[in-house]
Amino acid sequence: MTDVTILTENKKPGGGSKEVLLNLGPQHPSTHGVLRLVLEMEGEIVSRIDPFIGYLHRGTEKLAEDFTYTQIFPLTDRLDYVCPPSNNLGYAMAVEKLLGIEAPIRAQYIRVMMAELARISGHLLITGALPMDLGAMTVLLYTMREREMVMDLLEMISGVRMHTSFCRVGGVREDLPEGFTERVAEFCKVFPQRISDYERLIAKNRVFLKRTKDVGVISPELAIDMGLSGPNLRASGVDWDIRRDSPYEIYDRLDFNVIVRDGGDCYGRWDCRMEEMRESTRIIEQCMRDMPEGPFQVDLPQVAFPVDKELLQRSMETQIHHFELSAYGFKVPKGEVYVAIEAPKGELGYYIISDGSEKPFRMKVRAPSFVNLQALLGGATNMNYLADVIAMLGSLDPVLAEVDK
Amino acid sequence: MGGPALRQKIEERFDGRVLDGGAPDGMQTFLVEPDLIVEVCRFLKEDPELRFDFLADVCGVDHYPEENRFEVVYHLYSIPFIMRARLKCRAGDPPKVPTVTGVWRTANWHERETYDMYGIQFDGHPDLRRIYMWEEFEGFPMRKDFPLKGYKDAYNPFGEDIDAGGRDD
Repeated sequence: MTDVTILTENKKPGGGSKEVLLNLGPQHPSTHGVLRLVLEMEGEIVSRIDPFIGYLHRGTEKLAEDFTYTQIFPLTDRLDYVCPPSNNLGYAMAVEKLLGIEAPIRAQYIRVMMAELARISGHLLITGALPMDLGAMTVLLYTMREREMVMDLLEMISGVRMHTSFCRVGGVREDLPEGFTERVAEFCKVFPQRISDYERLIAKNRVFLKRTKDVGVISPELAIDMGLSGPNLRASGVDWDIRRDSPYEIYDRLDFNVIVRDGGDCYGRWDCRMEEMRESTRIIEQCMRDMPEGPFQVDLPQVAFPVDKELLQRSMETQIHHFELSAYGFKVPKGEVYVAIEAPKGELGYYIISDGSEKPFRMKVRAPSFVNLQALLGGATNMNYLADVIAMLGSLDPVLAEVDK
Repeated sequence: MGGPALRQKIEERFDGRVLDGGAPDGMQTFLVEPDLIVEVCRFLKEDPELRFDFLADVCGVDHYPEENRFEVVYHLYSIPFIMRARLKCRAGDPPKVPTVTGVWRTANWHERETYDMYGIQFDGHPDLRRIYMWEEFEGFPMRKDFPLKGYKDAYNPFGEDIDAGGRDD
């Protein structure tokens, strides 16, 4: 997995060390996917990192230019595959803005609730995986147990565990199933206690603290300059959350705190995510409490399938609309739009240019992991040893499928 | 501060050299010439009343078959003042735009991606290599005249024939 090339003998007077080129990945457990890092090493000190990405490049943007607007939803699932509902949400919002429509309030609540479940699912993975990268295996086993509960909830709503594709332009695919309210309430009741359990297990562990505290410190200025967003930016002390600062969907009706840490180190990023899970649980509780009754998708035959399936048997127009929508998709007026949401990894943006047809002329995905990964390029202080690079990489929480698009 | 005030500031500073592109989705857009882009970016970032300190995104757009088909689009965000703006820059022929890595370091990978996908050169970029595709790859996959299935070769039996036409690079 790792092969070593000796570059040059160090000819400096008194220096006997050799510069070594170390290849980490693309198949390596702590790169969280297929990422290859070429490290220039002086002894155990890393002097330069050169990341190579693209091993998972599927051409999402190119494919999107050949897909109808509804067909693109499954593509967005596969960006950040740890939390697909947020990807769906951002895309659906972008297309809705182009169309000039808005999803019904109930649909917005369902979407936000799912996006927060996704945030918990994503954060659970990384808060468990970071200690595992550093040698503490146990935490991951427990976080995976709770992640399974989230998966079960998502499966209950959409029928699948991971690639939910549950959003639609103008709403969601179906209403919530019966018995869901009780299940999610049960989860929200036990989950905060479980977070405390993880913290008891690892947050004061001396080895873990030594490996993460004051390691890979990113200053606020550097974090902004590097374009970091999400928990990575907030852990550096920058108080910015799109959910609060430019609220979308129904976030302005919810009461939640934005978690900010000022260390900027690996521990801060990890801790920030822990705390965010608590807030997400609160958001889910509020969503379930305040969710009104009503339609779950817009009543617009050109864009959405009829809610009342009986109509298909009786009404000729409905049948025609249904057929046209399935066969050709819907047309979106000419224009362009950039919509950004606060995905679990940071600012997830969709820039869509429409030429008035059923397919986007251009769809650009601003993938947060792609930008966050750049923090490896340099500037972070106290990241000297190879072991620190592993901690840094884990704490940045990249999902390589999203990095590579 | 919203769109009108932003427009006015740009108008005062650049005196008609930066065109107003309207606000198609509520986001103020400016059309900038390539040789002005760095200056405009620096002004937007450093002006104390604007402070667009966060470069959200840089992307390429191919307006094939128009003349000067390539366009680079920048999305900016101001964390202190909570506002967004968009800059558009037509890249000319051959497509070439000065880099903004000197203004925001995050532009590094964004511009590498744009180069990789569209073949737009970024003058002065410290490390302009392909980022997604492998180094030996020929052509620029996001261009409109690049076929969706790619070109036929030893690894891609389903691709289109290279001689079928359409390719102009």
